[in-house]
Amino acid sequence: MNDSLKLVRGFFVSLRLTVFLLALSIILIFWATLDQVNLGVWAVQHKFFHSFIVFARFGSLQVPVFPGGYTIGGLLLVNLLSGHIYRFKMGWNKAGIWIAHAGLILLLVGELISGLVQKDYQMRIEEGETKNYAESGRQNELAVIDATDANFDEVVAIPESLLAHGTVVQNPKLPFRVVPKEYNPNSSIQMRSQVPNAPPSLATVGMGTMVAVTPLDVTYKEDERNVPSAFVELVGPDGSLGTWLVSPLLGNPQKFDFAGKTWKLVMRPKRTYQPYSLTLEKFSHDIYPGTDIPKNFSSRIKINPPGGEPSRDVLIYMNNPLRYGGLTYYQQGYDGEHTTILEVVRNPSWLAPYFACAAITLGLVVQFLIHLVGFARRRRA
Amino acid sequence: MTRRMPFFVAAMAAFCFVLGVYPGWEHQPASVSAFGQIPVLSEGRFKPLDSVARSTLLVIQGHQGVIAPDKAELTPDEWLLDVLFNPQKADTYAIFYIDNPDLLSLVGKSETHLTIERLSFNEIAPHIAEIEAQEKLAEPVSAQARTRFQSSVVQLYGNLSHYLRLRRAILPEGSKDFLGELLHLQEILVDGVEAVRAKEAGQPHDEAKAAAIMAEGQKFVGMSEGTDLLAIPPDEGDDPNAWHNTGHALLETFGKGEVNPAVLAYAGMGYAWRGNEPAKFDHIVGLYRTALEKHFPRQVQKARVETLFNTAQPFYAGMWMYLGAFLFAALSWIKWPEASRRTAFALVALGWVIATLGIATRMWLEGRPPVTNLYSSAIFIGWGSVALCLVLEAVYRDGIGAEAAGLIGFATLIIAQHLALAGDTLEMMRAVLDSNFWLGTHVVVVTIGYASTFLAGVLAVIYILRGLFTTTLDKASAEALSRMVYGIVCFATLFSFVGTTLGGIWADQSWGRFWGWDPKENGALIIVIWNALILHARWAGMVRQRGLMCLAVFGNIVTSWSWFGTNMLGIGLHAYGFTDAAFWWLSAFVASQLAIIAAANLPLGRWRSFRT
Repeated sequence: MNDSLKLVRGFFVSLRLTVFLLALSIILIFWATLDQVNLGVWAVQHKFFHSFIVFARFGSLQVPVFPGGYTIGGLLLVNLLSGHIYRFKMGWNKAGIWIAHAGLILLLVGELISGLVQKDYQMRIEEGETKNYAESGRQNELAVIDATDANFDEVVAIPESLLAHGTVVQNPKLPFRVVPKEYNPNSSIQMRSQVPNAPPSLATVGMGTMVAVTPLDVTYKEDERNVPSAFVELVGPDGSLGTWLVSPLLGNPQKFDFAGKTWKLVMRPKRTYQPYSLTLEKFSHDIYPGTDIPKNFSSRIKINPPGGEPSRDVLIYMNNPLRYGGLTYYQQGYDGEHTTILEVVRNPSWLAPYFACAAITLGLVVQFLIHLVGFARRRRA
Repeated sequence: MTRRMPFFVAAMAAFCFVLGVYPGWEHQPASVSAFGQIPVLSEGRFKPLDSVARSTLLVIQGHQGVIAPDKAELTPDEWLLDVLFNPQKADTYAIFYIDNPDLLSLVGKSETHLTIERLSFNEIAPHIAEIEAQEKLAEPVSAQARTRFQSSVVQLYGNLSHYLRLRRAILPEGSKDFLGELLHLQEILVDGVEAVRAKEAGQPHDEAKAAAIMAEGQKFVGMSEGTDLLAIPPDEGDDPNAWHNTGHALLETFGKGEVNPAVLAYAGMGYAWRGNEPAKFDHIVGLYRTALEKHFPRQVQKARVETLFNTAQPFYAGMWMYLGAFLFAALSWIKWPEASRRTAFALVALGWVIATLGIATRMWLEGRPPVTNLYSSAIFIGWGSVALCLVLEAVYRDGIGAEAAGLIGFATLIIAQHLALAGDTLEMMRAVLDSNFWLGTHVVVVTIGYASTFLAGVLAVIYILRGLFTTTLDKASAEALSRMVYGIVCFATLFSFVGTTLGGIWADQSWGRFWGWDPKENGALIIVIWNALILHARWAGMVRQRGLMCLAVFGNIVTSWSWFGTNMLGIGLHAYGFTDAAFWWLSAFVASQLAIIAAANLPLGRWRSFRT
């Protein structure tokens, strides 16, 4: 093997690299924790952990300043694997280290996968209500609904990102194009009568003609939500049908007729549908007597599976989620006395940390015992 | 003589502790203690009135004793009796602590009074409207962004309303003779209620009688809204948790046709207390407790034990024993090495046993695992570290374990004493944390991880300071310390890792994600990585003895950040204990540890040990 290759190998297998990477990871995590005060936990994950390079903003300039989570984690993985391959020796005295590091690899890979594929939604159900979809807590969509058939809605959902980029949408199911005119990632809406100086609205039809939109700064606070609004023009083969204002703040869909069909237009939290539905039968909620500290809350849910299978009842409460259909439902909160809020998570690699932790714990305990026995023997000798 | 020293010192310490618990040595009459043991429902849990008194005093003025204007010392129970039954007198006690000059001038104290720190309610009362106005201005500002004046005014306002809600707990505002008023109510009740019914039905009635009863009802509505102390037990057959405040219980008088006997009992106690009739007071307290014990034997028993626990103050006693152990261990390096060392060991063991009893009592009272809040985490970190030190000392017999135990035990219990100022330390758990299984596994294990990381750091501090400033650190003890630190870091890696991942699994079970990059999670993760870094740096030969010690001292900074620093950010799901003063202390602690690391890097020629 020539010298430069040896040098590269030496670099990747060295424990010094391990120590260096561990130190970098500590700085990264510490910095990210502090930055949460400004950015909130979601933006921080994106900026620091789910990235190769951390950029800092100087004025309008984005400057790379630090390796991101993917870089450090990836190098650690390479360091770990190559080190073990290079130094591999059979023998019992390192058994614990082996098991622990195997678990660590599983943990890193598992978290990488869940960082990439995990999706979470919310489900807000009133008592007696049945729902077959969950809603995103952060993303919205523009739903264009063909509501001609009273029993059945045909929906074309346009993601918020297309509106943000001003992308014109043409869909074979729609007899018109959707042309985004203006988009605000966060906004408030008031009646025009309350805002006498408001500039004229872009909207020519629907609710948008009666209200004034005020753009707001994007918020990163945990207890606040960005509520977008957008003006979209619908353009048929013979010209414009008008410009509508759409926003989750408007609530009910706006109706209009075109090409012999009834249409509804609504911007709402992004939905994901399931082949089954859930009914909230009862929501319960206790507080400690004489205080407003919540003691517990729970939802009695009926699962209605597809294909006429018998439905069944389950109780979801704190620390006792429901795992069903590849999704997990958690008791997240409540809204008033009769509405439950469930957190819905899809994470195919949720079991990885369990196995990883078991392996690492076992490995550390084994290694610790090996040391302890050695220590006791030396003292006795 | 020195051979018996360990026995004598430990026996003395134990004797002092037992004296504190012995009933005959209390500073108050037995009937007042009996009153303190009466259970009530407050802040969501059953507790003795004694605990209500103590935690209120801690929140308002930072310590439990009260000095009356005539310089007489009052126990918390006596103070509470005056607040409940003799408010005119209680209003003269200087319990409100003001240290902000602007706030002092707001309550009418000029520059010359700036040394005055404690004021009575009577002194503040004329300025309540101004205080309320300022509080309304400061309250919307988030806790971190407030100026000192804003924080002080919000705090004072909170303390005043805390006090007033307690003052209104039994007696209606401005009542002169509550018992007499109740007995009068009993007399006019039947006719009065009839008159009111007739009036509502539009029939002829005695207007004066109806008006009298309506006025009483108005008063009781006001009372029922003015307090959150639920002192009146439910009737037999009702939900045993449905306790009421006196106002609420009195409102039920009109439906039931008689005044609630528990309210009458409290009124009787108040009458006897105010009239200074100890025999009567004793009699009524005894009668009430006997009656209560029949239907609520468990609550009465728990309240009795909690009162005993309050009086014994095991963690306070343990704190002094640890301090004593620290001093004796230090002495062992100067004089009487073996006797002082064994004395230190005995004191540590005694302090640890008392702390264990205290923790066990808390667990029994709460029905929960040992760590439920920041306060109990401080106590448990101390307990775990001291336990490890006892093992170290039993194995090495060189005084180092006892020295470290004394230092960590004392420091953690001092921290706990200050955390207790936030209020009831046996507070109820919020729903999200309400899982004894996870509290018992994740929280306990991760706390032991914190404890052992601190212990490694403290051992390293001992190594550095002993080596720098004394000549006692010979090669053998340096190597022993180095082995101890390495072993404890291994132990800490195991426990902090297992504890952190158990937390991840709990989060997966309750929130749907194993890892969420929440500040507290990140803090724990940094401890794990730091411990791993120490081990790898040692295996790689990057550090030797002194380097290992420096890394272990930095572990103190990492751990204190995770323990307190993350809470100060005021964000995240775990943010359960923001404290202002803690920030200053944390900074000072970090600076001291950095100074020690810097000192450790002085060339060996500057060290008093290792000089050849």
